[in-house]
Amino acid sequence: MSSPTTTRPASDAARVAQAAREVVEAHDPLSVPREELFGALYDAGLAWVHHPEGLGGLGLSRGLQPVVDQIVTDAGGERMFAVNPIGYGMGAPTVVEYGPDRDQVGAWLRPMATGEEIWCQLFSEPGAGSDVAGLATSAVRDGDEWVVNGQKVWTTLAHVARWGMLVARTDPEQPKHRGLTYFVIDMTQPGVDVRPLRQMTGQAEFNEVHLHDARVLDAHRLGEVGAGWKVAITTLMNERTAIGGVTGRRGSGVIGEALGLWRAHPDRHTPVLRDRLAALWTRAETHRLTLARARRTASAGQPGPEGSVSKLVGAELNQDVYEFCMDLLGPDALLYDDWTMDRGRVHTDPNSTVQQRFLRSRANTIEGGTSEVMRNILGERVLGLPGEPRSDSDRPWKEVPRG
Amino acid sequence: MAEQELREFDVTDEQRELRAALHRFAERQHDEATLRRLVDTTDGFDRALWARLGTELGALSLAVPEDLGGAGGTCVDQAVAAEELGAALVTGPLLGTVALAVPALVAAPAGDGRDALLAALADGSRTAALVARLTTPYDGASAAGVTADGDRLTGTVEHVPDAGAADVLVVAAAGPEGPVLAVVDPGADGVRVQRCGSFDVTRPVGRVVLDGVTGTVLATGADADGALRHAFRTAGALLAAEQAGIARRLLDLTVAYAKERLQFGRPIGSFQAVKHRCADMLVAVEQARTAALHAAWAVDDPRVDDADLAVSIAQATCSETAYRVAADAVQLHGGIGFTWEHVAHLYYKRAVADAALLGSAEAHRERIAVLVLDTLGDDVREPRVATG
Ligand SMILES: Cc1cc2nc3c(=O)[nH]c(=O)nc-3n(C[C@H](O)[C@H](O)[C@H](O)COP(=O)(O)OP(=O)(O)OC[C@H]3O[C@@H](n4cnc5c(N)ncnc54)[C@H](O)[C@@H]3O)c2cc1C
Repeated sequence: MSSPTTTRPASDAARVAQAAREVVEAHDPLSVPREELFGALYDAGLAWVHHPEGLGGLGLSRGLQPVVDQIVTDAGGERMFAVNPIGYGMGAPTVVEYGPDRDQVGAWLRPMATGEEIWCQLFSEPGAGSDVAGLATSAVRDGDEWVVNGQKVWTTLAHVARWGMLVARTDPEQPKHRGLTYFVIDMTQPGVDVRPLRQMTGQAEFNEVHLHDARVLDAHRLGEVGAGWKVAITTLMNERTAIGGVTGRRGSGVIGEALGLWRAHPDRHTPVLRDRLAALWTRAETHRLTLARARRTASAGQPGPEGSVSKLVGAELNQDVYEFCMDLLGPDALLYDDWTMDRGRVHTDPNSTVQQRFLRSRANTIEGGTSEVMRNILGERVLGLPGEPRSDSDRPWKEVPRG
Repeated sequence: MAEQELREFDVTDEQRELRAALHRFAERQHDEATLRRLVDTTDGFDRALWARLGTELGALSLAVPEDLGGAGGTCVDQAVAAEELGAALVTGPLLGTVALAVPALVAAPAGDGRDALLAALADGSRTAALVARLTTPYDGASAAGVTADGDRLTGTVEHVPDAGAADVLVVAAAGPEGPVLAVVDPGADGVRVQRCGSFDVTRPVGRVVLDGVTGTVLATGADADGALRHAFRTAGALLAAEQAGIARRLLDLTVAYAKERLQFGRPIGSFQAVKHRCADMLVAVEQARTAALHAAWAVDDPRVDDADLAVSIAQATCSETAYRVAADAVQLHGGIGFTWEHVAHLYYKRAVADAALLGSAEAHRERIAVLVLDTLGDDVREPRVATG
């Protein structure tokens, strides 16, 4: 029967690895500015290997991207995702699939890849979170432009963003899913008012965004008028894959922090904590391997529901690991007094403390869709279980109660 | 890049065909009525069906090299079969013969007796059991419950799966110079095999008493140790695959039921308390299948991972999953799930028994702790799959 070692030629992987090594050699991550390295990766088709050639890709399987990421990080570079997470992970696939024309898409993608233009996601509103399709922000057509009014909330990175992915209501007479349209909006224009929202860690990664007669070009519309929900789904599916799909080496990442803390505190070892850590380590490892298996077996196409699986598992695992870390530190965990409101560009600050990360992990089961919503998606879309009774699907949006 | 040659988790066409063939076999030849009839027979399985599993489907001989009459498959091929056979709760001495005795014999030094025996086990004409302490992970010392004085074997071993149905006993013994692997005819003088009632009615266990019995010694010292280690590893990976198969089947049954059973005018699957539990079962099943496959890959190829660690990850994960999913399946079927008539309890009992064999989840977590937590960071081996 089959041999476990050589089942398929490895030419694409070898080609990608070779190209990545050449870029890293010509643009040493430790000495050149990030923009130069990432720009070179984009030009070599290594920013998103599955994108078409000329748009940062080589038309290969998305399963090969980790080959590039590993070579870049091994050489001391940052992960492209970490620099511009919303743009890199969610903006890019959306504009490639629905973008107006190739020139515009390319003009958006390169600075997105280099991190020179940060993107944010203007979906959630005070009245619409889990139920994104219920949102109220309006866009009204005015010649070649649209005029936008409303309020968004929890908008990560809005304070540094150049572009926002905006879903707005263009027809309140339609049932909620059918009256939406998707735009890319310039965040630097007048009428876009970004106010920091402080979170429980003390920091302010996210914001309120007030939109008063803000303008967006019709040429910056993604997809048809009224078909914004379909486009939003692309963003959301990619969001889950991006959040849940981050895997490094065995014992790296969050579980690696716990292992490090364990080894640094032999005085606090007990059999009970040791068992807890062994169980967490085993969960982390099976999660990591399951992502590797999903990547192997996934057809090269769009991210599927496995993104929701990894988002759910990763979020709960993170929380459990940080809870373990706090318990391991015991009363020392209480010694923390840095509640400075910092507005870091991204939330994966390597210098943050365990206490901060522990608090930050409470967001993991909320951001990008709550764990309850992930379980609904798995139950309904993967297992085919019937949906909950709904009262809003067929009624015009303006008649549906909100609050 | 050499790393990329190793395509862990790739599924071959042969594996797909094997899975489909076993699925058809189970549906047509081993439905629930057959299963229930067979567990009430003395042997607990059907020798004619067993032989077909060997000859027609080749499922018994995957671990036997081609030149010894087998199909020359990998442990991954076997895991695919074990998952499918587990999903259908196919009865017969799969654990004793295929998962334990055959790998021990394959890893033992060649010899006429061994080779002929392997061929007979591979085609299903004979069956075997491994007489060893099968309730703890293998550590090289505690597996032997029998002492060997030359070729004379004495001792009692409890909880031996499939002992009652075995045509031949493969015995792990402790000799004065280390481990001994020997073969004993269960009909020989001084051998007593007592069937014990088992929690898992689909897989009987027995007590084996050897009273100065003469065995045929196949391996001693490092050879015997290597053969036993290989047997425990292989069986660990395959038991985990079986557990993953059980969990998968129970998820399917539960989801089907949740779609059709109506309460309060709605399918119960539309209630979040039910739906979310099903979603959690799905997640657990996928992780279990991953862990079992990873263990099988590691048994096949040491470059994938430390086989003992991979097997412990699989056994810790799959024991908990099969157990948990089986309990949830009973719960979500409501009253009918608690009846003798419903199939859920047969799976539940297999899940309980599987979780106790070859080391409990806790015992495997302990081994993981020793291998991972008690070492320095640099010593932790990196499986090559890491780069995806
Ligand atoms: C750190 C952070 C960063 C974020 N960044 C962004 C961003 O950049 N852009 C953006 O657009 N949004 C962002 N969000 C918003 C996030 O997507 C929403 O918070 C999330 O989708 C939940 O919506 P909500 O806060 O309105 O909670 P609600 O939807 O009001 O939920 C409240 C509770 O009800 C439960 N619930 C709601 N509906 C259901 C249901 N159908 N079934 C079962 N339970 C249900 C929820 O699970 C939750 O427990 C961010 C959130 C956080 C915490």
